Amino acid sequence: MKRRGSESSAPMQRREFLKLAAGCGTAAALALPGCATTVGKSSGKVVVVGGGYGGATAAKYIRMWSDGGIDVTLVEPNPAFVSCPMSNLVVGGSRDLAFLTVGYDNLPQRHGVKFIHDTATAVDVDKRTVRLAGGGELAYDRLILSPGIDFMWDLVPGLGNADAQATILHAWKAGPQTVALRRQLEAMPDGGVYALSIPVAPYRCPPGPYERACQVAWYFKRAKPKSKVLILDGNGDVTSKAALFRKAWADEYRGIVEYRANHVLAGVDAATRTAKFDVQDDVRADVLNVLPPQRAGAIARSAGVVTANDRWCDVDFLTFESVKVKNVHVLGDAIQVAPGMPKSGHMANQHAKVCAAAVVALLSGQPPNAAPVLTNTCYSMITDRDSIHVCSVHQWDKEKKTMLPAPGSGGVSSAMSELEGNYAFAWARNIWADTLA
Amino acid sequence: MRLSKSIAAALLALAAAAAVAQVPDPTLARNLAATCTNCHGTNGVSQGGTESLAGMPRDALVRKMQEFKSGTRPATIMHQLAKGYTDEQIVLIAGWFAAQKAPR
Repeated sequence: MKRRGSESSAPMQRREFLKLAAGCGTAAALALPGCATTVGKSSGKVVVVGGGYGGATAAKYIRMWSDGGIDVTLVEPNPAFVSCPMSNLVVGGSRDLAFLTVGYDNLPQRHGVKFIHDTATAVDVDKRTVRLAGGGELAYDRLILSPGIDFMWDLVPGLGNADAQATILHAWKAGPQTVALRRQLEAMPDGGVYALSIPVAPYRCPPGPYERACQVAWYFKRAKPKSKVLILDGNGDVTSKAALFRKAWADEYRGIVEYRANHVLAGVDAATRTAKFDVQDDVRADVLNVLPPQRAGAIARSAGVVTANDRWCDVDFLTFESVKVKNVHVLGDAIQVAPGMPKSGHMANQHAKVCAAAVVALLSGQPPNAAPVLTNTCYSMITDRDSIHVCSVHQWDKEKKTMLPAPGSGGVSSAMSELEGNYAFAWARNIWADTLA
Repeated sequence: MRLSKSIAAALLALAAAAAVAQVPDPTLARNLAATCTNCHGTNGVSQGGTESLAGMPRDALVRKMQEFKSGTRPATIMHQLAKGYTDEQIVLIAGWFAAQKAPR
């Protein structure tokens, strides 16, 4: 990212800045060659809620692909982007939070995105406005919601209050919780048990919990070899890269990791760090890490776009517009996925580009791309340097009107390797820049 | 033998794409190329650790992708991803990256 500076020429930055200051299509823009005379140029106001992999990418690409013509405002409460992908390395202790953190400065400086540090609290889809916690409203022609996930605390009895949540962490949104979970592991005596509860799919990042188990085991193997990692999976089997993870637990982490399927969490007792189940015995852990069931972030509810199981948002995959509410698009983990499509950061970035292309087309009176493609590439770190991947390519299916995995494409690693570990870090470097720089 | 076969396939795809190129959506190639840029950098300018695609001659990229597709070029992941694109899409992607400025 630091190297990117030299690639963006100074004149371009100045032009972007002038466009931001003057606004393309106004009288002031006439002074800018290449801006005032383009026929069919996109214009209008887009508000993006959420500066994660989906929202930040959408904001950047709409500015890029409209040649600065569309006014884009990004609303994000966090001061900097902290990546969930790679955050298990912080839990394992081989990286720190700074490694995962990328500033938002490039979006306004290079791309002219108007960045607002605030929380969107409500959407009025008739007036087409977004209300902000800090006061005021933003008007939009098109609204893009990339709200990520909220946790369904009511489904985990005993975990609904702040005290319990301070003891039993999720660390499933990277940031302070990631560091706090690391501290719990550091404070745990050797010979202790780290238990990880995984919700029934779909949840954010299918292989993420199993990667976390590997990273904690990596730490235990080196620093606390008498300790155990206990995976309590609500699903009937490992939901992603199953054979590769099982091999890692059998070889690399033999005697450390134990996997138990069909453990749907029925509640917790925070005081004793106990996980409770309807059928199986309770499990008392020294560090209990619970990933609660999840649904689309709250702002999606306010906009009325939560249409699937009262949890996720159905979208038209040609545009990522809500199937229910006009002019409101939804990206990332919040959507109801098509077959074989994971809830991942890479996917969210890809959603954002299809959506950005569609929004730019629609705001200049053009039809959206009739044949979009999405890819997914997901690396899981097994050690501090060895990795495995799963990947897929999804093509629009005209008849079924959805995205489907392209026949014969995609797959997983043949085995974990340091070469793929290098690619995993390259993936991170590149997607962080593609999303934010 | 297999190499020349894949080159033949690539040439066929080039011819097909010439036909496709007449067709409407001028942003299709750009949109397809953007599916590569998570890993290969915005507009094909890599941040390191993956190959920059910006400025790569079209036929060279088409040939590489066809070799990934046929399995003649060793890979950890690209053989699986390349199979997800049609020959016409690969030509459009390669043409778009070829037209971008190569990184210094």
